[in-house]
Amino acid sequence: MKPFSVFSLQDKQDLSKVASFEHSRFLAGGTNLVDLMKHQIEEPDQIVDLSGWQEAHQISESDHKVTIGALVTNTELADFAYRQPTLSLLSQALLAGATVQLRNRATTGGNLLQRTRCYYFYDTTKACNKREPGSGCAALDGFNRIHAVLGTSEHCIASHPSDMATAMTALDATVHTMNAAGEVRHIPVRELYTLPGDTPHIETQLGADELITAVSINKTARGTQIYQKVRDRSSYAFALVSVACAMHVKDGIIENINLAFGGVGSRPWHAKSAEDYLRGKSATEALFSQAADVELSAAKGSGGNDFKIPMLKRTLVHVLGQAASHQQQHPDHEGAIHVR
Amino acid sequence: MSAKTYSDSYNIGDPANRVDGHLKVQGKARYAGENLFDAPTLVGWILGAKVASGTLTQIDTSKAQAQEGVQAVITYQNSPDQTPFGQPEDMGRFGQSRAMLNDTRIRYAGFPIALVVADTLEQARYAARLIDYTIEPGPISLLRAPEEADVVPEDIDGGYEADAGTGDIDSALANGTRLDVHYTTPNQVSAAMEPHTSIAYYDGDTLTVHSSVQVLASAVDCLSSTFNLPAEKIRVKSPYVGGGFGSKLGLHNDAILACIGSLLLQRPVKVAMSRRQVFHNAPHRGMSHQQMALSASDDGAIHGVQHHSSMPMAKDYAFAEGTGVAARINYKANAIDSQHRVKVVDSPMIDSVRAPGDAIGSLAFESAVDELCRAINMDPVTFRRNNIAPVHPLTGADFSTNNLDRCLDEGAKAFGWEDRQYRQSGTKKNGFGVSVGMRMNIIVPSQAKITVDSKGQFTVHTDMTDIGTGTYTILTQIVAQHFGVPAHCITIDLGDSDSPASSGSGGSFGASSSGTAVLNACEALAARLSELAGLAQGNELVQFDGEQVRFGEGDTQQTHNLSELLRNAGEPAQDSLSAQGEVKPDEDHDKYAQYSCAAHFAEVSVDTVTGEVRVIRQHGAFSAGRILNHKTAGSQLKGGMVWGTSYALFEDLQQDPRDGSFVNCDFAEYHFAVNRDIGELSLDIIEEPDYKACKLGSKGIGELGITGSGAAIANAVFDATGVRVRDFPITPDKVMAGL
Repeated sequence: MKPFSVFSLQDKQDLSKVASFEHSRFLAGGTNLVDLMKHQIEEPDQIVDLSGWQEAHQISESDHKVTIGALVTNTELADFAYRQPTLSLLSQALLAGATVQLRNRATTGGNLLQRTRCYYFYDTTKACNKREPGSGCAALDGFNRIHAVLGTSEHCIASHPSDMATAMTALDATVHTMNAAGEVRHIPVRELYTLPGDTPHIETQLGADELITAVSINKTARGTQIYQKVRDRSSYAFALVSVACAMHVKDGIIENINLAFGGVGSRPWHAKSAEDYLRGKSATEALFSQAADVELSAAKGSGGNDFKIPMLKRTLVHVLGQAASHQQQHPDHEGAIHVR
Repeated sequence: MSAKTYSDSYNIGDPANRVDGHLKVQGKARYAGENLFDAPTLVGWILGAKVASGTLTQIDTSKAQAQEGVQAVITYQNSPDQTPFGQPEDMGRFGQSRAMLNDTRIRYAGFPIALVVADTLEQARYAARLIDYTIEPGPISLLRAPEEADVVPEDIDGGYEADAGTGDIDSALANGTRLDVHYTTPNQVSAAMEPHTSIAYYDGDTLTVHSSVQVLASAVDCLSSTFNLPAEKIRVKSPYVGGGFGSKLGLHNDAILACIGSLLLQRPVKVAMSRRQVFHNAPHRGMSHQQMALSASDDGAIHGVQHHSSMPMAKDYAFAEGTGVAARINYKANAIDSQHRVKVVDSPMIDSVRAPGDAIGSLAFESAVDELCRAINMDPVTFRRNNIAPVHPLTGADFSTNNLDRCLDEGAKAFGWEDRQYRQSGTKKNGFGVSVGMRMNIIVPSQAKITVDSKGQFTVHTDMTDIGTGTYTILTQIVAQHFGVPAHCITIDLGDSDSPASSGSGGSFGASSSGTAVLNACEALAARLSELAGLAQGNELVQFDGEQVRFGEGDTQQTHNLSELLRNAGEPAQDSLSAQGEVKPDEDHDKYAQYSCAAHFAEVSVDTVTGEVRVIRQHGAFSAGRILNHKTAGSQLKGGMVWGTSYALFEDLQQDPRDGSFVNCDFAEYHFAVNRDIGELSLDIIEEPDYKACKLGSKGIGELGITGSGAAIANAVFDATGVRVRDFPITPDKVMAGL
């Protein structure tokens, strides 16, 4: 592990006291960053340790909005969201991710900024434009079963691994940040991530000194909420594909639809085209299938991950059908469908 | 299984708790990496090659050497003298030289080209990153298609012939309904919880190595061969092993490199592989192509069984897996034709992983047998029942015992095979599968020494290991029952090469081999005590009650004081008495076909939208002679069943064809079964001691649970969906493609 210095942040105002943010990383739960440092993939000169930042552990709630501190753990957030019908998606997604042990450590801000699980990103003997810009992409012609089919480029086909971020993308969450100069930004999570293009090493629009302080979610996602994750094994596996859906149907018409995909995009994938196609129309299986085709028209497999395109379509059509059918049977239903 | 799940009594068979359990749960059992010498331990970090083949043409270690804390950077240029890799040939693969950093040839991806030894792990790891080197790449040989495997291995694992058969296969296959299928299984790793770790200390005279290894005697031979040291100057200790699964049968790169570091620096050096390093620096199971042709009559009699296996063999390392063993033993047939071919490849070491041969052989073969049942419309339990071999199908030898019929009958009954209920719930469909397994039983020469002191405390010394299987406990039970003493009066000292040599752990031979040696040592000690008591040698039951020893039973019973007996033993008076026992394969070992057997039943649920398979329940019915401890035996068998789910549905070590390196080198991406993947697990043991197998009546169980268990899952997936995935593992994408 490369030697590094540590700055202990006690409050977000301490950002201004940090001498330099060059080759610096914020350390929250450490479930991803510490691994990456051990593997010498991340080699910061400085760690800004957030463990003493008490304020960021809070969840606050108003009638219309919840605000989740950056250091709220995935376990705490899942527990909170479980009791909020309009945040049901978030709870379902969090509980589908990782393991209890990891969720106890992992934080809201850290989860958003976790790196890809691309095998070649993790193997420092291999070409990876994300890890070492300009070195090439070993995944393009290599094993790419877990890679993205949406939003990729010829320089990078890595997928974003987060379940939580997928649910937040569907719920149109807002990321609150502050930088060393004290400037505050409110960034829609749907705009937080940049596409790889020819700069796959740049993954978000955050500055080096810009700290995620909180995530807020308006309580506007109406109706039935479903997060379905398809994975190789039943726990401790990243999504092959996942669908985050909140749907409100009134008199057979889709009034409100929130839709995002995980496991398939270079970023948590906001299925805007599908949303636009579905909204205001009569909820039928034929419509769901067409909406899937609309969103997936730009999807591109790289060989090993070709299956993700039909798998996503099947899963999406199934999830939309389930939500619509539940809405039609229970017109005012909010939140998760609890079977059994 | 016995209804009792806990026992205070430590007689043979009792479901007694592990005697080492409390040490393990308290963290007091010291594993290889936790043992410290008096001198501070330095830490070594392995730098592995980026490519699978070639020549190291330049290496510059100056920057690494200049780093804080770095004690040495060792390459082929400054490593101690070693015997070339693989020499001497007649020592067998676990006793030969495993020289490292000995020349410039790159043998496989991740092959160590330097060891950085520093005060701390972090210093060593960072310094290793600063080493600059150049490799002139060579051609990479990999097994890319089954027909490329055209080398006939000298023999296959287990000592079998590469080719074996009986009858006229062509006419047998021409008769009845014929099935031709090609199955593939992927590369797999053992995935032991404890990564391979060693601490070596050469003090100028003796080389002492704490390592995590399953067999100690051959580990000493290996170090002796590698470093040209006399065996009596080498001591290997491995009292606790955090899982072996075949990957620790021999010593691996961690041990050799730790020794190199210590020989050079004459200080203790620890080399612990990181999880990622285990994938390249320890052995794995090679992928297999299994081409099968099977035929059967409409009334369900198997006519012909043809099984042709193609696998990779690592260059300079003659290990070929016996993938065809299931096809050779599971059923009678008019003709059997089994063939193994290999291709020599530039690959990390290929060796035993969890039931070599049986695990992946039974997976493909018992899946194909299921296809044959479907082709002739026969119930797969009845079909298997009707084709059980009355004698060994190839040799004609009688079985010592064979309870496969009872395993199938009682297993089917307990599982409810006849009453199986098909359900569709939402998108989920369930299905049921069955398969069988036959696992060869062997005895490996073993020795043990038992000592009793004047207080009636017993100590057993043998270089046997406990790799999580329960050796400490069953050996305790053998002594406890023989002398009628409680477990707390018995100490089992394992995992020290200075003790009498044993089989070690592996091949399901450990319990019977080391157990019989201990039993024989007990008998020898009893005979010696009888002699000291002035009684006819060896006939008496000898039971201890504290310091009193009772000889015989009933009217002729007599009691002696232990201290007095020991005083009789010699001049000057002794305060303890020892005896040795040993076991070797006897004539019954060759005369009879010795197998333990299994019938596996599984119910799965398949999501017909996504292709995801979830296991609802697994039931196994097993027969393995006498059970030494129903609790540890049950745990081992269940563990094997879990691995069955794991390799049928999840495990897949992907190899990049461009450079021969493994791709998914961590437990996040190399998927094995996790808790949530396992449904209800149940088992029955049909217990019948087999005294032709060994004096204890026990047979191997270590690899029995895994043998056949995966195929039951695979067959259940087909039953649920009509989708037959012949390229394992059965992942959701492959199931979905057939839906």
